[in-house]
Amino acid sequence: MRSFRDAFETFHRAPLLSALSVTTIAFSLFALGLFGLVALNIREALERLEDRVEIRAFVAEGTPPEDIAQAASDIASFPEVLRADLVTREEALKRAQAELGEFRDLFEGAVLPASIDLRLKPGQRDPATVKRVADRVKTYSFIDDVRYGEEWIEKLHRLRNIAGISGLALGLAFAVVSMIIIGATIRMAVLARAKEISIMRLVGATDGYIRRPFLVEGFAKGVMGGLLALALTWLAQSLINKYVIHTIFFDARVAMLGLLFGALIGLLGSAVSVGRHLRRV
Amino acid sequence: MIRFTRVTKTYPRTGTAVQDVSLTVNKGEFVLLTGASGAGKTSLLKMVYLEERPTSGEVRVAGTSSVTATARDVAKLRRKLGIVFQDFRLLDNRTVEQNVSFALEVIGAPTGVIGGKVNRVLTQVGLASKGRAFPRELSGGEQQRVAIARALVNDPFALIADEPTGNLDDRATRGIFQLLREINASSTAIIMATHNLELIRRQEYRTIEMARGQIVYDSAESTAMPRSTP
Repeated sequence: MRSFRDAFETFHRAPLLSALSVTTIAFSLFALGLFGLVALNIREALERLEDRVEIRAFVAEGTPPEDIAQAASDIASFPEVLRADLVTREEALKRAQAELGEFRDLFEGAVLPASIDLRLKPGQRDPATVKRVADRVKTYSFIDDVRYGEEWIEKLHRLRNIAGISGLALGLAFAVVSMIIIGATIRMAVLARAKEISIMRLVGATDGYIRRPFLVEGFAKGVMGGLLALALTWLAQSLINKYVIHTIFFDARVAMLGLLFGALIGLLGSAVSVGRHLRRV
Repeated sequence: MIRFTRVTKTYPRTGTAVQDVSLTVNKGEFVLLTGASGAGKTSLLKMVYLEERPTSGEVRVAGTSSVTATARDVAKLRRKLGIVFQDFRLLDNRTVEQNVSFALEVIGAPTGVIGGKVNRVLTQVGLASKGRAFPRELSGGEQQRVAIARALVNDPFALIADEPTGNLDDRATRGIFQLLREINASSTAIIMATHNLELIRRQEYRTIEMARGQIVYDSAESTAMPRSTP
């Protein structure tokens, strides 16, 4: 209770400094939030692209339809496979004509092979899995050829990995910056109360007792900074949605995680700062 | 109660402050610690309340050893000691009462007992009527009385005073010294670093003189006068 009162008192006694520290924390987390938003939307876009990852296994001419149907149902039961559709020669031709639009006449009288078209489950669309499934499909004697756009899939994955790694690296960098800022603001609060702290120690207060209000303060500033950052990120996303491009926002769970992250940064920043001061005096 | 055994304190930058000091202060004793500036008095006192730890040797205070004490042990020890400085070290934004009660609050004393204890010590130091005043509204002597009240409020077994009258005029000095005598009369040990010649010459109390980090005279062990007067 005393910790909360003392922490609140600091806000009351130095409102400008407190507002300034909450704002700096908010801006650090806002930068983090914006980057998170970009990463989230890239991921979302990539997932939409990945939905289109498809393996097409061409069937040799003259294969009995029952064999093809049996193979399609076998393949559909592979653990990685979402669905396996049988595409007859007629359907293949119709699809090609539809896809080519005004050049449909080119296919007049053409013969296209029948195929089994596979879609893989989400999370199973990485290059290695796609290749493994394609190789397995190839083992059917009546499968002539299997196409799945290896290069395209690999590029897609590389892009996704780069986005993920750079998001993580920048996120960590921003987290460290936020911690340093929180540490510095708490340090100012600690220095402002240096005399009080030295007297506390002199009369026998434990370090834990001295530390607690600062931890509460750091936590509160982290949460407030987090809330402000969340509001700013939401505002930025709304503006982007309105004027630039449709994007998605964090779901409630991620937003809560962001707030918790802010609180954690506040707590750690102040713990380091107070700890250092207490060791020094 | 307070025992120094072959204690040496060396600071990395300024060198040796206390050298091979052995000393015992018994319960209820009144000890005057004298010596020129830089003789090691403050370092010695800091080792009593474990603000500093010896570089070698051991300080043992009420069962707490400088060799093994944890931070928590140090905090607990300080609750049993009262510490007073030349510069009073009061919180300017708190009243006299609040300065004194602060010492009880920060060690988690029950709220119910704080008021009574504060009144008792403020009466003891003669400031019962000034509880609501702020330190800046008091004279130097009165401020030191507040600091003493704060040091006493936890019923310490010893009061450590580092030049408590250094900033005071003669009249205030006499008043503070009289107060310390009264406190000592109720069996609280007093260790007081001082330059005050008048007090030292009285030979009423145990006097220890330090020079260059060593004890050069201890009236408890010698009948001779201090070798030098500060």
